[in-house]
Amino acid sequence: MTIERKNKRKLKIATASLAGCFGCHMSFLDMDEHLAGLLEQVEFDRSPFTDIKRIGSCDIGLIEGGVCNAENVHVLREFRANCAVLVAVGACAINGGVPALRNYFDLKDCLEEAYLTGTGITNPQIPNDRELPLLLDKVYPISEVVPIDYFLPGCPPSAAAFLQLLEPLLTGQKPAISKSHLHYD
Amino acid sequence: MMATIRIDNQEIPFTPGQTIMDAALAAGVYIPHLCHYPGLTPNGNCRLCMVETGNHSVAACITPAVAGQEIRNNTPELNAARTAITQMLFVEGNHICPSCEKTGNCKLQAMAYHLGMLDDHFPQFYQRRELDASHPDILLDRSRCILCDLCVRASREVDNKNVFAIAGRGTNAHLIVNSPSGKLTDSAIAATDLAATVCPVGAVMIKEQGYQVPIGQRIYDCRTIRETGLQEHIDNKNDN
Repeated sequence: MTIERKNKRKLKIATASLAGCFGCHMSFLDMDEHLAGLLEQVEFDRSPFTDIKRIGSCDIGLIEGGVCNAENVHVLREFRANCAVLVAVGACAINGGVPALRNYFDLKDCLEEAYLTGTGITNPQIPNDRELPLLLDKVYPISEVVPIDYFLPGCPPSAAAFLQLLEPLLTGQKPAISKSHLHYD
Repeated sequence: MMATIRIDNQEIPFTPGQTIMDAALAAGVYIPHLCHYPGLTPNGNCRLCMVETGNHSVAACITPAVAGQEIRNNTPELNAARTAITQMLFVEGNHICPSCEKTGNCKLQAMAYHLGMLDDHFPQFYQRRELDASHPDILLDRSRCILCDLCVRASREVDNKNVFAIAGRGTNAHLIVNSPSGKLTDSAIAATDLAATVCPVGAVMIKEQGYQVPIGQRIYDCRTIRETGLQEHIDNKNDN
């Protein structure tokens, strides 16, 4: 992050983890000393890094995880409505990833095995508190719910891949992930 | 003087009977391919090796080289078509790389890296396909099968066993096992067979060695499919 941005407003970045494991967020933090340079140019809006709950108008949105429940759909639509550029970060956001392994089974069967009929279950009951977001029939890639501008593959994408994404975006350029940084695992 | 074809304006010699793919690989020119493995009879089913000659497209692995042929291979249009084919192969099966022990050694994944594929583009099928874990040494997970037919040919041509076949058509096409029960354990396959190791994806795998090489140090973590694709060859002991 060497580009001087004196007298310019800081760009706003929002991040969210939907049906993910926060591994992509951890990998983002792996940028280590580059984070200092990054923070001279950007500020974080809604994100697990800030604990801001409501997204405001943002330049860049980074979405980790696929869409597995009604709350994910709500958050994703809010991000799309508020972010000029929305990026699918990591395997789960791009194709559903490991959570999408449940897509090969009926949701009902998954719930019954997890909460009723599986081994070692005491007090069997399927959770139905109204505070819990309703599960979708399948785990969806985020691009099947809202239009996505860029994709950053990886499980998780490396810190170097995050830099390759962000450096051009901060200067208004299109990011291009080099093939040497392209990994799906 | 040896007859030649031209691929992307490069003069390539060939001997009669060679396909465009044979001539290209012999000259160190990479044409992307998944269902082709030099030494096995070419099958032409994955369509990644589509090249253009004149005003039509042909699969390089099954098209004989003809003297004077002008061939376009490494063009943005053809690579875009190859990317779309690769994306279709991804969405059709269960290719969740982070949970697959073939990751890093998988040619479908390596092809996607080679083509710079960033997303699947098409909606996922999420088809559930039958898993066969019956054999003590070999796992067959049809959900990752790309129907390349390599195990079918390897079993017939090299192992002399005829263990596999493709049954059904279109989206119903699937890999079947030639045994009374339809299970791998009742077939003649052995872990040392080419059919057990030639699978480009994680459909036919040897058990109990999945993580002997850590992720990050595997074949396509270190080399590209272009590099390995130029070096592969099976010496078929049955050829004389």
